Amino acid sequence: MTSGLFDKYASLKKSYESLVEASPRNPFGVVIERPLSATVGIIEGRETLLFGTNNYLGLSQSRHARDAAIETATSMGVGTTGSRIANGTFSLHKKLEKRLSEVFHRKHTMVFSTGYQANLGTISALVNKDDILFLDADSHASIYDGAKLSGAQVIRFRHNDPADLDKRLARTKNSPGARLVIVEGIYSMTGNIAPLKEFVDVKNRHNASLMVDEAHSFGVLGEHGRGVAELQNCEDGVDFVVGTFSKSLGTVGGYCVTDHDEIDLMRLCSRPYMFTASLPPEIIAATLAALEDIQNKPELRTALQRNSTQLHAGLKELGLTTSDFVSPVIAVTLETIPQAITFWNALLEEGVYVNLSLPPATPDNRPLLRCSVMAAHSPEEIAKAVTVFGKVARTLGVIS
Amino acid sequence: MTDSIPNIADMIIEKLLANPKVPRNINADSRIVEDLAFDSLAVMNFVMEIEDTLDVSVPLDKLADIRTINDLASCLHDIKAEQA
Ligand SMILES: Cc1ncc(COP(=O)(O)O)c(C=O)c1O
Repeated sequence: MTSGLFDKYASLKKSYESLVEASPRNPFGVVIERPLSATVGIIEGRETLLFGTNNYLGLSQSRHARDAAIETATSMGVGTTGSRIANGTFSLHKKLEKRLSEVFHRKHTMVFSTGYQANLGTISALVNKDDILFLDADSHASIYDGAKLSGAQVIRFRHNDPADLDKRLARTKNSPGARLVIVEGIYSMTGNIAPLKEFVDVKNRHNASLMVDEAHSFGVLGEHGRGVAELQNCEDGVDFVVGTFSKSLGTVGGYCVTDHDEIDLMRLCSRPYMFTASLPPEIIAATLAALEDIQNKPELRTALQRNSTQLHAGLKELGLTTSDFVSPVIAVTLETIPQAITFWNALLEEGVYVNLSLPPATPDNRPLLRCSVMAAHSPEEIAKAVTVFGKVARTLGVIS
Repeated sequence: MTDSIPNIADMIIEKLLANPKVPRNINADSRIVEDLAFDSLAVMNFVMEIEDTLDVSVPLDKLADIRTINDLASCLHDIKAEQA
């Protein structure tokens, strides 16, 4: 008996069924049978080019990281079976936190079991109902969910618009609570890059704090790969950097780095840190190895930048609509959902896997085909993706 | 007084009608989600526009209790008064 539990699913069920009916395959159910390399996987029995991952540096397939994981699993086992607060910290957790602090040139790091939890755990530890959060309107779900968990008042400002933030901070100048601004480095759906330096100026003027989620930009932007804050030379203005191991580092887990000494108190009031099992040792070992890869192979970032430029220019030359930012996330905006579904299926049938993003999960209510580039893509693989995009777009009348 | 609740409601209706997708027969008692077919993102984005006109910011938790255009007008009115 489910006594009405699922009644509220009626409208979801309807849209889901019409989506599945319009699509020869379920866009939310793609199975990658196995990866052959970072850039090629087997999907529906065929070799398929992967342009829909977050594996920007290809490190999910790092031999170095894999060997570190195997060795650590052999010597330490595969799990911690509990939370660090209740069941103990492994020395490897400490080692990873120390390493990340060194990488970011910060005093402290707190690691979490996922990037999602890093946002929930950091935000909910920093603000409560007496405080105000200022969120970029296009923020990731984990930032909105962290805001909800914190109980703070939430004010959205227009995406990538420091002047709009300025106005909204000014309106709250008499509120007694603390004020925390949250933006991302690279936005996950569109590849837009935040004007971080201007946000720093605005938050300084209003005496607010700033947290930046560099989930998609760590390892990708900046001379040493520290993200948009490094790229725009404004790291001093950022109070908290949050990020994930699941993208450029190729593993799983998340972190918050800061110079604020209260971090050990934050550990005691962050429920997403306290009430969940800590990262397993082999994942930590692989992440440490991937951090070494990032440091020792700056050529990965150069290749990624070159590849991003190639795909971005190729799609733009076809006449498709993309953001003007050149980043490893390149989204093609389409007008209608049926068009996007047909386009996405055709790409997959031609051997190119990208992500189908549908409203309301997209910023301006239009569907997106989200592509992500890797350092490991060859120029030929990118050229093939562009050719396939062109062929499908012409067949569907998206371009002439 | 320009910022009375009925005046704010009129302003909201005027802005909504500028969107051709919004039904023509709306009034202050129209329900934003059910009658206007706005999803949560559309509501948040629409509220941003009104915020600029009235020079206020509406915290998201306040939106959760809003059903009708009148509810929104009265919420904006209260925030405006608090902010003054
Ligand atoms: C901006 C942003 N923050 C946080 C996350 C969460 O990271 P994870 O998937 O590692 O939990 C993601 C990705 O899912 C993201 O895009």
